[in-house]
Amino acid sequence: MNRTARRGREINLAPNYIVLGALLIFSLGPLVIMAFNSLKSRTEIGDNPLGLPRSFEWSNYSQAWDVGNFATTMANSGFLVACTVLGVLLLGGMAAYSLAKLDLVGAGALMLLLLVISSLPIHLFLVPLFVLWRELGLLNSFFGLIIIYIALNAPLAIFLLRSYMIQLPRDFEDAARVDGAGEWQIFARIVVPLSWPGFLTVGLVTALAVWNEFLLATVFLQDEDKFTVVTSYQNFATRFSRDWSLTSAAAVMMIVPILAIFLTFQRRFIEGMTQGGMKG
Amino acid sequence: MHDTAIPVRTGVAVHRRRFNRSYYRRKIIPWLFVLPVLAINLLVVLGPALAAVYYSMTDWSGIGAAKWVGLANYRELFFEDPSFKSAFLHNLIWLALFMTVPVAMGLVAASLLAPVARGALFFRMALFIPYVLPSVIVAHLWSSLIHPDRGLVGWLNDRGVPGMDIAFLGRESTVLPTIAFIDNWRWWGFLMVLFLAGMQNIPPDLYEAVRLDGANRWQEFRDVTLPGIRPVLVFMLLTTSIWSFLTFDLIWIITQGGPAGASEVLSVLVFKNAFQNFETGYAAALGITMSLFVGAVISIFVVLRRRGWEI
Repeated sequence: MNRTARRGREINLAPNYIVLGALLIFSLGPLVIMAFNSLKSRTEIGDNPLGLPRSFEWSNYSQAWDVGNFATTMANSGFLVACTVLGVLLLGGMAAYSLAKLDLVGAGALMLLLLVISSLPIHLFLVPLFVLWRELGLLNSFFGLIIIYIALNAPLAIFLLRSYMIQLPRDFEDAARVDGAGEWQIFARIVVPLSWPGFLTVGLVTALAVWNEFLLATVFLQDEDKFTVVTSYQNFATRFSRDWSLTSAAAVMMIVPILAIFLTFQRRFIEGMTQGGMKG
Repeated sequence: MHDTAIPVRTGVAVHRRRFNRSYYRRKIIPWLFVLPVLAINLLVVLGPALAAVYYSMTDWSGIGAAKWVGLANYRELFFEDPSFKSAFLHNLIWLALFMTVPVAMGLVAASLLAPVARGALFFRMALFIPYVLPSVIVAHLWSSLIHPDRGLVGWLNDRGVPGMDIAFLGRESTVLPTIAFIDNWRWWGFLMVLFLAGMQNIPPDLYEAVRLDGANRWQEFRDVTLPGIRPVLVFMLLTTSIWSFLTFDLIWIITQGGPAGASEVLSVLVFKNAFQNFETGYAAALGITMSLFVGAVISIFVVLRRRGWEI
């Protein structure tokens, strides 16, 4: 901080703030317009598409909630997110523990395999996966989609959790081993509690990925009562494409939970997603 | 002799039992921990990926028996199908746009933000926000904003700004750059954050040294910042070029490849062939070809690095 302050005195930062301010308007302006428009009446939006709302039509929200079937879709998305996050943390955490702390025979080969698997493009295996899931009767089933989400999110979780667990001191585990604890007990009672920040980061990044996921949810869930917020919004926004206040209200309802969680945990999110970018 | 032999033999037996248990503990248990995740990855990703190789050599609607056709799908793809050529070209345009515009924006913003102390965290967080939004929101928000009768473009048009009376998403000449613009809106902030993290690792002494030599801002950027973040920069260029061949969500949501195929990319072709035309075999061949392009990008990168390029 001290050295930044010293450098700050040497350079005039006004131009920096001006350009950054313009970029800020570019990034957040569209979202602000969307929030404004979610409160406008249909007549107002025609002659005032960008400015502050003159009157507040809160009924847009209740209407969007009902027409967009949000009660069902929010529950569906929430269920998919919860199960996927639990699965990824449990199975990914176990694998990370083995790779970080146990002398797994073939650990290098396994890491390489996971790296290859995680870099295969989804469009390569999407079609055969769809056929396989149809044969197994897993189409239109939350369980079937959760398995896919776990598989696709696990490799990154393993890389992140492994690098976290490797830094933990071995003393606690060794003490527990001497006391006769099994590997599962060491994993569940010692390693998981000690690496909870890593688990939190992975859980948040996975939750966001599943909540926002579009392609697989479109392909694998085709019954309307199984739609997620994202696939349902796609139909909704196409159907009401001329009703900008209604689609804006629905969009605001979808992103408020995301933004609330992102703003609360923003450092973890940014850490997890940028490391994901570096490893993926 | 006799007295000592027995304890020794018991010792061996005990040792062997211990060895078995510790063998189990050292060699088998670690695999039990990775087995579940490995099994579902083989089921979901690797198995189907290998099956795609087989399907790509069949003529198959997705139901019933697949007919073996050898490399006919690939022949059709490379020599007969004009939509493949145009989709590939669109991926290349996409690649060119994303190797330059967001990288430049990210670099400029990060180097402007790096010396800032007051409000730095706020800017970093705010510029990252578009990256966490779902594609459907980004797509429909911007479709409305650039609609010629409504939104920002309509507003500018009403005020007589030239060039704003266009349906940017409805014309073959503008649709692809327009979607790229929208995708870049949410992407560049992510790059900015990565570059910023790289710049914060550069020792400040280096800046002070070049400043003592009388370097201006541009020379500082060229001589200190850019070399300092080169690993991040190169990695992002690699990731961007891989991802340019895979881009799907926004294009599919906004135009489904239209109008008249003007925004069709390879992933859109795969999706259309698989789930609309029921050409499962052909879709698999497209998927394999797409993956080969990605593999080629990675190989070029690896070869250049082996040749001693410092990337």
